[in-house]
Amino acid sequence: MNTALFIRLCAIALCSLSGAMLFSTPLTESSATLIPPIKNPESKIENRTVLIPSGAYVPLQRTLKEPAQIPVAAFFLAECPVTNAEFLAFVTANPKWQRSQVSRLFADSSYLENWTSDLVPGPSAPPNAPVVRVSWFAARAYARSIGQRLPTIAEWEFAASAGYTSADGKNDEALNRDLYAWLARPVPAIQADTASAKPNFYGVRGMHGLVWEWVDDFNTAMVTGESRADSGLDRDLFCGAGSVGAKDTTDYAAFMRQALRSSLKANNTTTALGFRCAQNLPDHLSLR
Amino acid sequence: MKNPRLLTAFTVASLALVATFATTVLLHAAEGPSDAKGPVVLPPEVLALPVEQAILTSPPHVPPPISRKYSARVVINLEVREVVGRLADGVEYTFWTYGGNVPGSFLRIREGDVVEFHLNNHPSSKLPHNIDLHAVTGPGGGAASTFTAPGHSSQFTFQALNPGLFVYHCATAPVPMHIGNGMYGLILVEPKEGLPPVDKEYYVMQGEFYTTGKYGEEGLQSFDMAKAIDERPPYIVFNGSVGSLVGDKAITAKVGETVRLYFGVGGPNITSSFHIIGEIFDKVYPEAGLSLPNRNVQTTLVPSGGATVVEFKVDVPGTFILVDHSLTRAFNKGALGMMKVEGPANRVVYSGKEIDAVYLGAQAEAGSDSSKREAELKSQIADATKANPLIAGLTKEMQVEKGKQVYMGLCFACHQPDGKGLPMAFPPLAGSDYMLADRDRAVRIVLKGLTGPVTVNGATINSVMPPQEAVLTDAQIADVLTYVFNTWGNKGDAFTSSQVKSIRNETH
Repeated sequence: MNTALFIRLCAIALCSLSGAMLFSTPLTESSATLIPPIKNPESKIENRTVLIPSGAYVPLQRTLKEPAQIPVAAFFLAECPVTNAEFLAFVTANPKWQRSQVSRLFADSSYLENWTSDLVPGPSAPPNAPVVRVSWFAARAYARSIGQRLPTIAEWEFAASAGYTSADGKNDEALNRDLYAWLARPVPAIQADTASAKPNFYGVRGMHGLVWEWVDDFNTAMVTGESRADSGLDRDLFCGAGSVGAKDTTDYAAFMRQALRSSLKANNTTTALGFRCAQNLPDHLSLR
Repeated sequence: MKNPRLLTAFTVASLALVATFATTVLLHAAEGPSDAKGPVVLPPEVLALPVEQAILTSPPHVPPPISRKYSARVVINLEVREVVGRLADGVEYTFWTYGGNVPGSFLRIREGDVVEFHLNNHPSSKLPHNIDLHAVTGPGGGAASTFTAPGHSSQFTFQALNPGLFVYHCATAPVPMHIGNGMYGLILVEPKEGLPPVDKEYYVMQGEFYTTGKYGEEGLQSFDMAKAIDERPPYIVFNGSVGSLVGDKAITAKVGETVRLYFGVGGPNITSSFHIIGEIFDKVYPEAGLSLPNRNVQTTLVPSGGATVVEFKVDVPGTFILVDHSLTRAFNKGALGMMKVEGPANRVVYSGKEIDAVYLGAQAEAGSDSSKREAELKSQIADATKANPLIAGLTKEMQVEKGKQVYMGLCFACHQPDGKGLPMAFPPLAGSDYMLADRDRAVRIVLKGLTGPVTVNGATINSVMPPQEAVLTDAQIADVLTYVFNTWGNKGDAFTSSQVKSIRNETH
């Protein structure tokens, strides 16, 4: 039997089994204790949600079998990434997501490492700065706790493709300058306040220039939809091969976001990775 | 090799299935790089090999030659760090590095060694990184196996099958940006029989930087994607910065010693015409294959993502300049280094300047009708210029402004944008006692050039300034001198075109 195929089959079996455990056990469901949207009295701007109109997302890479554009239905997106103050309220209400309580299955050992303690973000994590060092599981649980969800790659990239002054930011020089200037700086020890980020055309802040952000389907970033012996990673991401099948090879920032997503596992946390929440439009509004 | 792998697959798979039902076991597998398959099961003969930790050095240094005559299991720990550092004087850049330097740490192993490679991505990194070692036989050269998120580490094993000097680099998309920010280095796989002994070994790599600002523009510079795509780098440098091998950072040797340079090109795009001014490579191992060398080579072509090994005996003392002989890169973009050789002179091999005499060339003889007429016309022009209030009224400020344009277009390459020159190579103009002492002489030097030793602010510099009389007009020379005499703290009157003209026309 082909060894790689065997490993692949085992992996699939493992994923579906563990997936079933993670998402259908009462344990996980009860973690989403519904709490009201969090108001942070210290925050200079309220983390309201912004309506992103319907549109289309052009995937960075695709195979010929995949569509050139993915339609994005109108949705609500948080104006800012979730802050330390907001996340503090969440872990206070949900002790199992506190640093000392969280299962290593759901968050690795550097989860909230920049916080002083379980319930004290402390000097390295100012209340109005985006929360970082959170896992995908934690981000998802947070979103569920306020009746929301994480945006998809398509939604996130569509909202982030806007410039400061128009819906198409590709040629927005000011945006590109800010974006590459941010990439040129190492991760700061203390993240800046979300209010410091300039809003884009839709009114969302910090899509570029604050922190990287989790998306709901981050781990599909490199899947080509074609099962070959090699993983999608080797074929499609590295060296010159990274540009094969790419729609726009000049969008380096998009490649970097994609590379980051591909490097992550759902329990990983890093020094510059946070998240923001999204929400569907109410049914009577989303007539498409 | 197939059977042990199959066995591993079964072991991993069955463990994983058990683990699914026993959460505690899964805890161990929960952290780690994506797609980790677990350590390879090495055959007994490999397990029996002695284990050693690789010695890593930062440029321009090279780890000592390998003396053992047998294969080993070599453990390499390489750390990826994103650091802000100096690209040129007053210019900073966020370098992405292997080991904190550009190029990354020099790795040295022996043909047949089995390498356990650990790539550690520092928690403060903004991005995931990996490594593609051209010394590796296997898909991606280790790229997929070492793809590592910030704050994580990866491990993979390879056997060095081919001897040679190989480039390694980051292969994470967008690759040109990762390499363009400094993620490359060299790994030497010594042949089983070893390399011929030499007296000195050094490590130099060329690479280009695509900054948003132009060459010399101060401050922290960002990566410029458009310039990278157009392959228009403001900087092409040796060892990660302008002047990394200059002055007291120059590499050194003594007369009579044999020097070996491990020279690579990280790129990401530009091929190097590697040359040492005043030295002939006794041996070049073309494309670093370490088989039969070419002999007596002046300039060797090194491709992006490639390397060469050159050897030469140094016969005479002096400063020898390393350049990319595509020379605007050396002159205007930074691809310049120095090797200082000390020891007794050999005036038969190289005498130094023996005679300096006047040579008049094809100038008209003084006193001839033609030269009288020329002088007459010139004095008429000078009178007309003096009488024209528009020209006479040029303010000093305007001259300084126009002079700055001339300076930044021509003079800055040697004398530097800050007027401080380069130690040992090009004299400073800022606060230069030599220049400020004699205004006419300054005009003469710009016009006619200057060759040979001068003492500037106590330091003797023996260099060449080319004449500019065919390049610049009298007005441009007056402007640039007015700028130079009124910038960087210098103070002086404006120069006039007629002053320059009279010196231009003076006879020896």
